Amino acid sequence: MNTAVPQRRSGFSFLLTDRGGRILLSVLLVLIIAVPILNLWVPESSPFHVPTFVVSLLGKYLAFALLALSVDLIWGFAGILSLGHGAFFALGGYAMGMHLMREIGGRGVYGNPILPDFMVFLNWKELPWYWLGFDMFWFAMLMVAVAPGALAFLFGWLAFRSRVTGVYLSIITQALTFALMLAFFRNDMGFGGNNGLTDFKDVLGFNLQSDATRVGLFIATALLLALSYALCRLIVTSRLGSVLVAIRDAESRTRFLGYRVEHYQLFVFTVSAALAGIAGALYVPQVGIINPSEFTPANSIEIVIWVAIGGRGTLYGAVLGAVIVNFAKTYLTGAFPDIWLYFLGAMFILVTIFLPKGLVGTLPAFPSLSRKSAAKPRPVSPGAPPVRQAAPGE
Amino acid sequence: MAMVQATMRPVGEVDNDSILYLDGVSVSFDGFKALNNLSFVVDPGELRAIIGPNGAGKTTMMDVVTGKTRPDEGRVEFNGGIDLTKLDEARIANLGIGRKFQKPTVFEFHTVFRNLELALKGHRGVLDSLLFRRGDDQQARIEEVLETIALTGAADMEAGSLSHGQKQWLEIGMLLMQDPELLLVDEPAAGMTDAETEQTAALLKRIAGRRSVVVVEHDMEFVKALGCRVTVLHEGSVLAEGSLERVQADEQVVEVYLGR
Amino acid sequence: MARIATLPGRLAALGVLLTVVLGGALSAHAEDARDFDALVAGLNAKSFKSKIKAVDAVAASGHERAADVLAVFLGGKLFARRSDGRIFMTERSGGVYLLTDAVTGADAGQAPGKKLRKVRVNNRVRVAIRTALGGLTLLSPDPAKRSAAADAVFKSPNAGFLPTLEAAIARETVEKIKIKLIMTRAAVQLKTGKTDGIKLTAIGTLSDLATPASRALLAGVVQAEGGNAISEAAAGALAGIERKLAFWNAVGNIFQGLSLGSVLLLAAVGLAITFGVMGVINMAHGELVMLGAYTTFVIQEIFRTHFPDLFDWSIIVALPCAFAVSGAFGIAIERGIIRHLYGRPLETLLATWGLSLVLQQLVRSVFGPTNREVGSPSWMSGSMEIAGGFVLTFNRAWIILFSLLVLAALIVVFKKTAFGLQMRAVTQNRAMAGSMGIRTGWVDAMTFGLGAGIAGVAGVALSQIDNVSPNLGQAYIIDSFMVVVFGGVGNLWGTLVGAFTLGIVNKFLEPFAGAVLAKILVLVVIILFIQKRPRGLFALKGRAVEN
Repeated sequence: MNTAVPQRRSGFSFLLTDRGGRILLSVLLVLIIAVPILNLWVPESSPFHVPTFVVSLLGKYLAFALLALSVDLIWGFAGILSLGHGAFFALGGYAMGMHLMREIGGRGVYGNPILPDFMVFLNWKELPWYWLGFDMFWFAMLMVAVAPGALAFLFGWLAFRSRVTGVYLSIITQALTFALMLAFFRNDMGFGGNNGLTDFKDVLGFNLQSDATRVGLFIATALLLALSYALCRLIVTSRLGSVLVAIRDAESRTRFLGYRVEHYQLFVFTVSAALAGIAGALYVPQVGIINPSEFTPANSIEIVIWVAIGGRGTLYGAVLGAVIVNFAKTYLTGAFPDIWLYFLGAMFILVTIFLPKGLVGTLPAFPSLSRKSAAKPRPVSPGAPPVRQAAPGE
Repeated sequence: MAMVQATMRPVGEVDNDSILYLDGVSVSFDGFKALNNLSFVVDPGELRAIIGPNGAGKTTMMDVVTGKTRPDEGRVEFNGGIDLTKLDEARIANLGIGRKFQKPTVFEFHTVFRNLELALKGHRGVLDSLLFRRGDDQQARIEEVLETIALTGAADMEAGSLSHGQKQWLEIGMLLMQDPELLLVDEPAAGMTDAETEQTAALLKRIAGRRSVVVVEHDMEFVKALGCRVTVLHEGSVLAEGSLERVQADEQVVEVYLGR
Repeated sequence: MARIATLPGRLAALGVLLTVVLGGALSAHAEDARDFDALVAGLNAKSFKSKIKAVDAVAASGHERAADVLAVFLGGKLFARRSDGRIFMTERSGGVYLLTDAVTGADAGQAPGKKLRKVRVNNRVRVAIRTALGGLTLLSPDPAKRSAAADAVFKSPNAGFLPTLEAAIARETVEKIKIKLIMTRAAVQLKTGKTDGIKLTAIGTLSDLATPASRALLAGVVQAEGGNAISEAAAGALAGIERKLAFWNAVGNIFQGLSLGSVLLLAAVGLAITFGVMGVINMAHGELVMLGAYTTFVIQEIFRTHFPDLFDWSIIVALPCAFAVSGAFGIAIERGIIRHLYGRPLETLLATWGLSLVLQQLVRSVFGPTNREVGSPSWMSGSMEIAGGFVLTFNRAWIILFSLLVLAALIVVFKKTAFGLQMRAVTQNRAMAGSMGIRTGWVDAMTFGLGAGIAGVAGVALSQIDNVSPNLGQAYIIDSFMVVVFGGVGNLWGTLVGAFTLGIVNKFLEPFAGAVLAKILVLVVIILFIQKRPRGLFALKGRAVEN
């Protein structure tokens, strides 16, 4: 009797075979339920009340977590170290910011119903073409993923086709984000120059300052993080994910097996950039501003260290790393501003040398969470007689 | 599975029945001629050994056939007239040419089973692989190859933990999963014990017949065990061709191997 | 007099004065002191129109004190005594003004501010003063001043200068200035000449002079005259000048490009060693450059406080010090961090980036976040106008030369020394080199130290043209990597060609696209270039490259 062929992808097995992921999804579910209650319905006098600024702070962490997830998808599984994901994040943020600017309408300082204040200030007479359509929420939301995705596709097409990989790719992606930063600092680009986009009023008609909107944004972020996690998990547990790991570990072997390595890299790079864009779009309304400093190369490298600290190639490790590092950042930059850069710098060095697998790969409490635990193929017990089926040839 | 003796044919004869046909192929790297007007033909089902001293152009020849290196001039044709010089590695692999590297290269973080599954013929597209589900016949095929390469018991092990010889076999197994018409095998016996070497020779002889196999090897015992036609490369072109006994008796060959 | 001499603002005037006294050059125009008294008093006239007339008169008097008085007037330090209207040159000292009699130049004690009234000056008067001073300094003994005066007169030609110009041309001994003076005379003649003949001759003379000023002058003539023979001649001369200017403009761009390229070369050549030869991505490379710049700062401070007379040598001393400091840091980095990460280039990249953050913050803690002042030795400062508005600045020229010397030295180290041989051996086949008895670990550390030391030396050069701040390194790291990637890894010639190509392309794009856009364009071009040559301009080919 043939041992049962495992149905690797029946239902949601791709999600549930992974303990770290189960914990992550449970925590997100708890947050989605608990945070609104503790903020909106528990009175402020109660010690259990969660103030609104904490809600937004948590929302910001989760947006960063989504960004880290997108980096882990390509770095952890396809071996592509992008130092330009801050740029995709910022592009998504700008797409969201453009929508929020349009939604201000005539309530700006200059009261122009169409033009954002900074354009009036620059004496512009009409909207540039690339601002058209951003007054529509659905269009802006599409652009949140499409704009960074398209840039990643174009860039990736050029890079992967020429087999620019490894550190070369890292350096070129860094140059890309640097070029974009220079461009977005320019006033005549039409994205608000130095100041970026800010002074947002509301989103979909809800006042951005109100507690309920803030809670709503938090829930949206947590939900999208959960969905994105599921999507990434779906990708990495599929044969596609196996091919990505194969490319990561032995690119030319994969090529000589007949896989078009560049197509796989391009696909996952584009998906990852779109996820980073979504993260940026969730981030902007919660912090209330997007400006060109988001393109700083240092930001992009910082994302990578979140993933490295959490543990690359696990997805949930990236989420954990992003939250931990950003919590530390919030605390340290407030308490000891001079210490932060020492701390961050030391993290880069210590983690790469002493914790190559990150926290989740190292912590003894998580022994079963190493990379291997991803959906296993049919277990063939050593020594068991293999069932030979009729096959001509060898 | 019977061993098929390679059909002998005179050097230089050209016809379109050949599985691999190289004519006047030259490749140079910064002035160094790695291949110099190289010509030879492999027939369908033939097992062919290629020997030659270091730098003779053996690996470069494989690079040219598999699309890794573009020849400066010359014709490289597969399966009766498909021009390989314009195609890339993936395309050539999908035409039915499998290649084993000199240094065994398997996916170390995947299990043996998954390694073979990835090599399974077809399903090379991105979306195709996203939606791929393994069927019963594919499962059977993998198990069959597992048995052929004697790794059934190790199917669930990470490939990285295999011994050197087992990795060599796994890589040959992956080639078999591809179901290619032509296998290019670079030094399969390197780092193997005598027993393993013998088994490997037997394995390659079994594979040949239905498929063509070109083996590059240093180990003369191994080449003898293959018992096939031998092509001697030297300085990028063919020095001699024929049975092992014949080429070993060739004065030029002796000079190349011993004279310097 | 001594008091005046200590005031830098008046040094120029003093120079003129001294020559006049010693040489008696202006004796032809000398008039007696009483008349000069009246002329100086005229500077305090009610209307600005009269003041301008008085300025011209003072200048025309040729009096030995004329230049001094006018210079002080221009500086707004000429005051009239309320009681009698006597004019004084003043210097504020605490609550009172120190007075010098304008006419005699004698010390006149001091007076409180309320007893004085400023001799007022407006922009039109200032222009008149500058023009007048220009005429006066045409006869200065200092060639640089004569040259500057000629330029000033050229820009505002005035018939009144002709006699002075003639005199100046007659006695001029420096060939270059003489030509300049002749050109200036032509400019004056063209602008104020009475006959077409004079004007045409002037145009003929001017057609040999290709400067932005001559272009502006002739373009003005073409516009003003409109259609006649003079305008045609001017248009012809203008076309010739445009061609020459375009040529010199291109030369200027190339120089600027070479200058930028030499900076990139200095910053990138150390990287070419660590990245190209060792395959190590060192993101802290920029910080090693920064450490070199700060070493220069420290050395200069020591010189300033202990050996101020030897200040010009401080840069020379800083070079080996910076090499040692950055080199030592480099060896420490290699032994402490990079050694543990060989074969994991992406991890090396991250760890060294972390290190760069630490080093930046360290420097910020020690030296503060603001820019530090690093001086240039006298032999590096200054500039020389070659032709057609093309100015050769000495510090940039030195840096171009210096970058080439550094490259040459490195090539010698690689090709001619035992260490270079060991380095190449380890690069090509580590295991074999090790079994031949080469201490591969030691070679790694020294190679990295060499690359880091070169970065430190680059920092010394950069301190001469850029702000020395904790962010200095960040500004160069991306460009440096672009140079190495563009030039081809593992090839110092590639780095040379890459650096200068990027520098020149950048500078040629800047006039059309602006600095920022030029930079973006260059980055895009490199990304596209990598399509064609993924391994750079001077890529190694063959099987060896793959692993």
